[in-house]
Amino acid sequence: MNVTIVDYNSGNISSVINSFKEVAKDKVNIEVTSDLNKIKSSDKVVLPGQGSFKSCINALNNFNGLVDTLNDFAVSNKKPLLGICVGLQMFADIGYEETETKGLGWISGKVSKIDNKNGEYKLPHIGWNQINIVKDSKIFKNIENNSHMYFVHSYEFIPEDKSVISATTDYSSNIVCSVEKENIFGTQFHPEKSDKIGLKIISNFIDL
Amino acid sequence: MLKNRIIPCLDVKNGRVVKGINFVDLQDAGDPVEQAKIYSDGGADEICFLDITASNENRDTIYDVVEKTSKKCFVPLTVGGGVRSVEDINKLLNCGADKVSINTAAVQNPEVVEESSKKFGSQCIVVAIDAKKSGDKWEIFTHGGRNNTGIDAIEFAKKMEDSGAGELLVTSMDRDGTQVGYDIELMSKISSLVNIPVIASGGVGNLDHLVDGIKLGNASAVLAASIFHYGKHSVKEAKEYLDSKGIPVRI
Repeated sequence: MNVTIVDYNSGNISSVINSFKEVAKDKVNIEVTSDLNKIKSSDKVVLPGQGSFKSCINALNNFNGLVDTLNDFAVSNKKPLLGICVGLQMFADIGYEETETKGLGWISGKVSKIDNKNGEYKLPHIGWNQINIVKDSKIFKNIENNSHMYFVHSYEFIPEDKSVISATTDYSSNIVCSVEKENIFGTQFHPEKSDKIGLKIISNFIDL
Repeated sequence: MLKNRIIPCLDVKNGRVVKGINFVDLQDAGDPVEQAKIYSDGGADEICFLDITASNENRDTIYDVVEKTSKKCFVPLTVGGGVRSVEDINKLLNCGADKVSINTAAVQNPEVVEESSKKFGSQCIVVAIDAKKSGDKWEIFTHGGRNNTGIDAIEFAKKMEDSGAGELLVTSMDRDGTQVGYDIELMSKISSLVNIPVIASGGVGNLDHLVDGIKLGNASAVLAASIFHYGKHSVKEAKEYLDSKGIPVRI
């Protein structure tokens, strides 16, 4: 099996690569590439993302044909794709970080700044927070409710259709931290930095 | 609920862990990769490496240490010390650091903070503020605590938030290595002024000091070195103690 981590200059992805390689061992081939043919022929795709919504979308668009290839992979061919952090946020129609930016539009909704309640809550939301699992998601197999995951973000994804939400976390409000829509999965938290429990989520995705 | 973090800090020199008293009199406390792994297995919420002499000597050893550690530790790894430029940050991130802490360069050339937070995202830019009490204010020290800049630490903290820092690592130079506790006044002043998380550092000698850093200093995270290195306390003990004092921690 081939799992491709999309390398599109989205910032630091070495931790994502290390964690997938740790979980995959020799059983699964982990590719790190922006090569369109390799993405097309892979079984699963991971879309990481750090920095701002705008910078990640711009970085995707800088690779000719990459967005179309990802659309074919996830939307037309319905093959499993996992978005992490801004990778998840980009599923939205629109994001408001820096300037208004059009997203991939895979899951209707928007990405807005977390309400810090007039400074009562620090931003970024950095650190370990518990997830409230609200629906059975394949990537949460053998993951206990209220498990701790590592977060670092200032913006949140607000999907229109709440049925895609698989987990939330409590901060200044109830923040969507995981989604599942058919073959499309996303986590706002960083499974690659969430210790053994995070590696289990990665393992669940690889085993889909 | 967001948990307060406990961050063991490993001061690294030429690829080996050391911890000084007031930044001098260094003693060897082991291999950084093994130490980091022990800490992450023991429940450390993050690991911090400070390459303390990187400004002066043999700095490429840190890249190797970071690369090896990031393949073994799956909790966030912050690396600082001798970070001068956007290119240095890029290199550390590529080796597997999740965050980079900037000290001297942030003071001498604040554009580095602005530029790197735009390029890599605020989430990976930590500004390390080394401050020493002077009369009724605190002044910033650079170069591992050797140079006094005379810059007001509180004003500087605000400026770094505005420049795009994602977190502030605040170290009291008066307390570092003394084991008498954090400079609570400094921590709470900065924490109440800025809207980004503050990591308290410098002076931890017992578990009550960690409690004070969070409860009185309003720090989001507490960093400590000696109490963990020499086996005085494990990270697990520290967490259980904080939990018993009503502080939310990941257990």
